[in-house]
Amino acid sequence: MAAPRVLILRAPGTNCDRETAHAFAVAGGQPESMHVRALVERPEWLRTFQILCIPGGFSYGDDLAAGRVLAVKFRRRLREFLAEFREAGKLILGICNGFQVLIKADLLLAPDARGPLATLTWNASGRYLDRWVRVRVESTTCVFLAGIDRMELPIAHAEGRFVPRDAAVLEGLRAEGRLALRYDSESSRSHVNEDVLPFPDNPNGSIANVAGICDATGRVFGLMPHPERHLDPTHHPRWTREPRGDEGDGMAVFRNAVRYFA
Amino acid sequence: MTLWEVDIHPAPGEWDRAGDRVVSEAAELGIASLPRVAAAHGYLLQVDGERSEVEEAAGTLLADAIVERVVVGRVGDPVLRAPVGTGARMRGGAARHGTDERGTPDSDRPFARMVHVLPKPGVMDPVALTAREALAEIGLAVDAVRTFRKYWLSDLPPGDLERLVAKVLANDSIEQVVHGPLAFDRLELGAPYSFALVRVPLRSLDDEGLLRLSREGQLYLSLAEMTAIQAHYRGLDRDPTDIELETIAQTWSEHCSHKTLAGRIAYRDELGERRFENMLRETIFEATAEIRRTLADRDWCVSVFKDNAGVVRFDDAYNVVFKVETHNHPSAIEPYGGANTGLGGVIRDPLGTGLGARPICGTDVFCFAPPDTPHDALPPGVLHPRRVMNGVVAGVRDYGNRMGIPTVNGAVCFDRRYLGNPIVYCGNVGILPRDKSFKEPRAGDWIVAIGGRTGRDGIHGATFSSAELTSESETVSGGAVQIGNAITEKMVLDVLLAARDADLFHAVTDCGAGGFSSAVGEMGETIGAEVWLERAPLKYEGLSYTEIWISEAQERMIVSVPPDRWDAFHALCASEGVEATILGRFVPTGRLKLTYAGHDVGDLEMAFLHGGRPPVVRDARYDPPPVRPMEFTPDSLADHGETLRRILGSLNVASKEWVIRQYDHEVQGGSVVKPLVGAQDDGPSDAAVVRPRHDSPRGIALSCGINPRFGDLDPYAMAASAIDEAVRNCVAVGADPERIAILDNFCWGHTDRPETLGSLVRAAIACRDLAIALGTPFISGKDSLNNEFTYESDGRKVTIAIPPTLLISALGIVPDVRRCVTMDAKKAGNRIFLVGATHEALGGSHFALVRDLRDGRVPTVDGPLARRVFATVHAAQRAGTIRACHDLSEGGLAVAAAEMAFAGDLGIDLEIPDALDGPSDMPDRRAIHAAWLFAESNSRFLCEVEPDRVEAFRSLVGSIPCRELGSVRSERRFTVRAKGGERLIDEPIEGLKECWQAPLRW
Repeated sequence: MAAPRVLILRAPGTNCDRETAHAFAVAGGQPESMHVRALVERPEWLRTFQILCIPGGFSYGDDLAAGRVLAVKFRRRLREFLAEFREAGKLILGICNGFQVLIKADLLLAPDARGPLATLTWNASGRYLDRWVRVRVESTTCVFLAGIDRMELPIAHAEGRFVPRDAAVLEGLRAEGRLALRYDSESSRSHVNEDVLPFPDNPNGSIANVAGICDATGRVFGLMPHPERHLDPTHHPRWTREPRGDEGDGMAVFRNAVRYFA
Repeated sequence: MTLWEVDIHPAPGEWDRAGDRVVSEAAELGIASLPRVAAAHGYLLQVDGERSEVEEAAGTLLADAIVERVVVGRVGDPVLRAPVGTGARMRGGAARHGTDERGTPDSDRPFARMVHVLPKPGVMDPVALTAREALAEIGLAVDAVRTFRKYWLSDLPPGDLERLVAKVLANDSIEQVVHGPLAFDRLELGAPYSFALVRVPLRSLDDEGLLRLSREGQLYLSLAEMTAIQAHYRGLDRDPTDIELETIAQTWSEHCSHKTLAGRIAYRDELGERRFENMLRETIFEATAEIRRTLADRDWCVSVFKDNAGVVRFDDAYNVVFKVETHNHPSAIEPYGGANTGLGGVIRDPLGTGLGARPICGTDVFCFAPPDTPHDALPPGVLHPRRVMNGVVAGVRDYGNRMGIPTVNGAVCFDRRYLGNPIVYCGNVGILPRDKSFKEPRAGDWIVAIGGRTGRDGIHGATFSSAELTSESETVSGGAVQIGNAITEKMVLDVLLAARDADLFHAVTDCGAGGFSSAVGEMGETIGAEVWLERAPLKYEGLSYTEIWISEAQERMIVSVPPDRWDAFHALCASEGVEATILGRFVPTGRLKLTYAGHDVGDLEMAFLHGGRPPVVRDARYDPPPVRPMEFTPDSLADHGETLRRILGSLNVASKEWVIRQYDHEVQGGSVVKPLVGAQDDGPSDAAVVRPRHDSPRGIALSCGINPRFGDLDPYAMAASAIDEAVRNCVAVGADPERIAILDNFCWGHTDRPETLGSLVRAAIACRDLAIALGTPFISGKDSLNNEFTYESDGRKVTIAIPPTLLISALGIVPDVRRCVTMDAKKAGNRIFLVGATHEALGGSHFALVRDLRDGRVPTVDGPLARRVFATVHAAQRAGTIRACHDLSEGGLAVAAAEMAFAGDLGIDLEIPDALDGPSDMPDRRAIHAAWLFAESNSRFLCEVEPDRVEAFRSLVGSIPCRELGSVRSERRFTVRAKGGERLIDEPIEGLKECWQAPLRW
């Protein structure tokens, strides 16, 4: 099959679109940037793509809450097209602001009668934070994480604390393997930490150290850390002191997405 | 039409961040009876709608269903009077860290007061703009939106309440406070404008009248300038209109024309007298010209001191551009907005250079008074330095992060003389295709405004309104203080670069100081322009033609679009929601013609506007103070370990991690050397390196040099040291020293005092000398004069002048980022070399600061030696012989070595010699040791070399001063011995690191 076409969806305030497109291109995909205004005018264009990626940034300034305005646009203007896209076996990836959009657009977690199941909100520190974290994969279904055990990636956000509505919701997601990516500590060994790790291992106070979740199909995935900021070994903060491979940890996420259509 | 109020509270169990922040800031203020506080934020929606519609919209768009609770009511409704319940007082996530538990209030105390804080009418409210558009998207056509914050407080003594409101809850330059329930019934702005042409009877005025007009009209022109204008209009046989006079004043302003430094100066110092026709041209510009002549066909400067930013070659396909600006006065009044718009402004400089450069990284340098300044030591009208610092950092963070431009470099300097006048330098680097590096507007092109709308923002003389929301239409606030809207600027950036690549325009420039007036005036200088002012899109009604012309509203650019590309340009802007409007046309008349709805309101000759200003002539004098040897106290030499701990804990040296981590320093995916490096990602990098192209290993290094303490002893030495520091920081990480370009930013006091101007001229002469000696061209610069703060105390006028402060920013080319070197010690067993010469330079040092000593010799720079040192270190790096490299600056050798050790989580063991390089009049061995440890001699590096590379390293170093001082070791201690074994310093690195991290761990 030809290289999958990747739609990098931009909105006012999106700012990680160029490096995300670069990551998909290196992985062998065919990225194409498009503004959400253009997609809303011609939503059928979505059908010509295999992968939809909502990159990081501050869509609409995150003025009302991170990702919420773009999420509302998704729900109002693109709902059926996005549902069709997902049901066609295609992939959706949300990074940082894109994750905030996906969760608030109900594309990761279907709301029940009582409303949304979880949210991403202000870091426990109350502040924007840029730093590198360790993450560990806890999913067998997430397409984007296939074959990955751990990664080191940077986070850069103010509103990345994952908060489920209640303990039952959390337990349900855990049981389904959907709490796919967790913040990890250097010293941890065989299992994922369920208790909230101290700062800075868990940089934002996320419940159950959740850094990323996937939908029930494993084909829709959102994460707060930025895999597109760890493509090259020189992206790593300690590359001048530790031997590193030829490729940054984040590259595997994009390779998985492209390989899915091979 | 109903005015609905939507209050958004933390849900029970969630942490009330805003409320707790008030409590802890009240504690810092020393408010005796700490308040219990609950906080909410919200929206006023003026809409023709039912409660259920508003509730639905609020639930969908304005609040989070899981962590927030919404209360909706008509303004004044009793349901809006109480917080959502005491549950919100409980702290949220179990992982909350760093909480200051001081003054946690008694949760049983009742709330006695409710206080609302709202942006004043006309102040940029980006959240309200977004809310209005998003509400329309979900079908609620809201007429107007305003945001607010809301606090419930326990009872406080009236004095404490007043202080809390003024110092914590609100800033009255941009916000209004409403005690008790809101009582507005409408949100309205603006009233229709009715045209009336204003002429200023200038021809008949005498000298006193001219000066009064200049002062009262806030033109800030001198008598000579006013007389020149008068003569011009007498020759025309008419009086100027208000818009003409304003245009001339803006164009001739210090800010736009740099008339003092580019003017005639008679300078005298110990070497005699020197006359400058144009001081900047004969010092700083001349250095660049000479360097370019020397380089001949290897000249890599592309455009210097011409465009909005300096332009140099990057690689075969791209140039890089760099500009640094200051935004001091606005930041003193409203730190958040001042820094916010300062950054927004400097981002528009690269964007307005050539045909538009893509911003790739930023640098931000601040000077504040110490944050522990007692509240009762503040002069009237001065914000506390801690509040200034918090606001400035937040302003840079919120704008830079939203723009998606990594903030990778910076510095923070502290001195009590910045109390009334903090300094905020914002800089930006951009990358520009080589074939898009020059602009040329053409006669016949449309003059097009894109981006934000025009309001009364930034118009001098506009007064702030504290009137209620209903009745202020004539007095909409704005004034000098503004808030930025980063997303508007990001949208402009996106379409402008797309339009550039599609060749849709001939020229672009930013609207900065002077607004349309400066932008159109400059762009049309050699052609001529006509402008139809009524076409400008306005934020609200009621602006006069002059206000439209001189408004400094943010996020606007002027573009010169050929008529046959207009449709494509307009369509491109529309496709991304950016407003683009034809304001006028460039015409080959040599005149600037302004009309409003068909009325002629201004008609100026470009030649007079740009060439009619009489030269400024000033005297400058510098009397060097006598150099006295430093008088050591016995204490000051007794315990060098204690000195080291104090310097590491001094504010200038202490870790700035609290600032750095609030900035996105990795967006755009080009980060190579981060501002924090080392085993725990927390050591102080000398400079940042970014790789602008994803497909190339070529990079740029960004660094700075600033040391106002040296200026107190000798501004020449300060300037030379700042240049040396900026360049050596760049070299330390791997920049090619023959490919470093620098910028100057002079911040000085009142230069109409000959001695103040004299110190500036002396610094400028040093800039020339050092730039030539190092082969490092200046490519752009900016000055900010009159940085003084005056107030009355006991009937006496008191003035605090900032210390002369020169920032040098450096941009270096890194040939291959894979050869970059960081400052953290890498491996036990590696050797430590000191490259460069060490003199007794303790004058102005941090040793003198923490030991409270005066005088001494200030560090100088041996230009030719410095150039050889830089070349050598670079060659050794390229040969792969250096594992870690750290420049020696504040605190000298001891601080640099300690930083390398704790950044690498390793120990370092050094032995220092008994004699300094060169002559010395140090009184004894202890003093010589102090100089070895703490002197701030320039042009020095510590290099870590693996044992098997020592020979290769030594052979590259050749004849420049270089000593092996010791080695890296695994025991995590930092030790320094004198020759012969005497222990001078022996400290565990954890302790040193803690001294360094603790002061600004906010």
